[in-house]
Amino acid sequence: MTNTTKTQPGGDVRLAGISKTYGSFTAVHPLDLTIPQGSFFALLGASGCGKTTTLRMIAGLEEPSGGTVHLGDQDVTALPPYKRPVNTVFQSYALFPHLDIFENVAFGLRRRGIKSVKKQVEEMLDLVQLGEQARKKPHQLSGGQQQRVAVARALINHPKVLLLDEPLGALDLKLRRQMQLELKRIQTEVGITFVHVTHDQEEAMTMADRVAVMNAGRVEQLGAPADLYENPQTTFVANFLGTSNLIQAEVDSRSGDDVVVRAAGDKLLLPASRCAVPAQAGGKVLVGVRPEKVGLTHADEAGSIPEGRNRITGRIGNSSFIGVSTQYVVDCAACPDFEVYAQNIDRDARLVPGADVVLHWNPAHTFGLDAAQDIDAGVAEGEAA
Amino acid sequence: MAFVNWFKRNLVVIAGLLTLAYLLLPNVIVTVFSFNKPNGRFNYEWQKFSTDAWKDPCGVAGLCGSLSLSLQIALWATLGATALGTAIAFALVRYRFRARGAINSLIFLPMAMPEVVMAASLLTLFLNMGAQLGFWTILIAHIMFCLSFVVTAVKARVMSMDPKLEQAAQDLYAGPFQTFVRVTLPIAAPGIAAGALLAFALSFDDFIITNFNAGSTVTFPMFVWGSAQRGTPVQINVVGTAMFVIAVLFVLASMAIGNRRNRRKA
Repeated sequence: MTNTTKTQPGGDVRLAGISKTYGSFTAVHPLDLTIPQGSFFALLGASGCGKTTTLRMIAGLEEPSGGTVHLGDQDVTALPPYKRPVNTVFQSYALFPHLDIFENVAFGLRRRGIKSVKKQVEEMLDLVQLGEQARKKPHQLSGGQQQRVAVARALINHPKVLLLDEPLGALDLKLRRQMQLELKRIQTEVGITFVHVTHDQEEAMTMADRVAVMNAGRVEQLGAPADLYENPQTTFVANFLGTSNLIQAEVDSRSGDDVVVRAAGDKLLLPASRCAVPAQAGGKVLVGVRPEKVGLTHADEAGSIPEGRNRITGRIGNSSFIGVSTQYVVDCAACPDFEVYAQNIDRDARLVPGADVVLHWNPAHTFGLDAAQDIDAGVAEGEAA
Repeated sequence: MAFVNWFKRNLVVIAGLLTLAYLLLPNVIVTVFSFNKPNGRFNYEWQKFSTDAWKDPCGVAGLCGSLSLSLQIALWATLGATALGTAIAFALVRYRFRARGAINSLIFLPMAMPEVVMAASLLTLFLNMGAQLGFWTILIAHIMFCLSFVVTAVKARVMSMDPKLEQAAQDLYAGPFQTFVRVTLPIAAPGIAAGALLAFALSFDDFIITNFNAGSTVTFPMFVWGSAQRGTPVQINVVGTAMFVIAVLFVLASMAIGNRRNRRKA
């Protein structure tokens, strides 16, 4: 691949107060979002959260009820889709069934009056490894190949932004993994801004530089994947991205940089910087910790746990062995279904359902959330995804 | 026992062949009798092989004139009904407007209405308007009754079309006109072609409505009917056979083209 596919500096995508309502239903609440140029940006959320509507407003296929869309310095809010320098990869691919692969990919170039398309189309087909299939019709290709045609057809136009609407949704798991890497490779190669809509949190986290988690027409949280995972700001994000153990607690006191909280008799430490709500003594807070951060020790060995770690006692309710790790569900006073993922390094044969255990973790891995929220928000959506 | 088993295994093929024979036998008779040399005016009994009628298809007064008129009317009616019907079909599928539901069901009325009733009512209408019966009244009537068939054929196609395809075209810099010409029309084409073929066939051999509204104009079906009162010239069979052969050649040609294209692509 030569540098010909490098796009001109396009600038950031800026959405300012953009919203969409259908009658009395609000699909997208007024939303401000800046997508940095050249980034791989994911809009993540369950179906119906407004992520696709947001994408379609950037493409111009949906007219916003309010707000503006800027590409770099250009206000494109009033432009029809065929005048916007963005291209879309549709969920169903939307390949033209009456045209062969070559003509599908050449479509955008031809519409802009470019006569000699052969070299560019062939280069693009090589980029997505479909050079051999140029004269086939879309229905003669496999799902993964069709998906690559859809990407090639959009990318050949060197858009300022490439919009991807659940592009991997129709593929089976193995192919999906492969295409995730492939898309990431292409994005790195061409340097175009990618905006990727998906309901698959793993997909968003592996591919994107930045992820906006959407819920009910609003952005819940925006950040780098690791940041979202380690520092969720809402229960929805905590539950939708991976699994979180959330414990209802009461703020006891402040101790240096930590907040001391009480949960069903246990005293836990929480870094003040990771607490999403102001910690006032007597205030309610949800204390969270990810299952893989937690150690599990049999009650008889409790003395061997280093000082300074958060501890909770409980009894193993269930355990399932899944190869690399064993997943335990522990019944604690503070949290009825506390999940622990333990790596299978030195398995303690006594850790079976019914055994009394001590759960312990580094206080630095604890996060605090506003207790006024629904503690289970995002659980069902996360499982469905 | 062996025969019973053979029969059981081939039942579907036998049933298929019998049905085909049932469908094709009338055409075979028409073809065979186009080579007859009848005694007298009626071509009902096989006498003797002859190619006289094929050598002189216009030998009967009025036949070729009526045939040419029927072809002209069928062509214009097809064009008119296909253009209007396609527009109606797109409007019904793509847009929400007042009376859409009513139009959706009313469009089927001409198909359901007994043809002879429609023919008589049309005549009443034309007479009240003081219209001169002839080519134009026939054409208007034909476009009217072909319309519902075209709408039905095109509508089915447009409904099964993914609206994302047109959005994709727009996304790829095709304006509304380009989108229609490059994407919508080619994808709807099979439906439109089916509607057009149906319209042509319906218009070409329509007798009842035409007979009521033709005045002194004579189309080919009217000519056949008229001459059947006084005898049946062999040339009628010649025209019938020729039409049948042309239609079969069309089908074979389109199949051959389709096959070659598929083989090249594969």
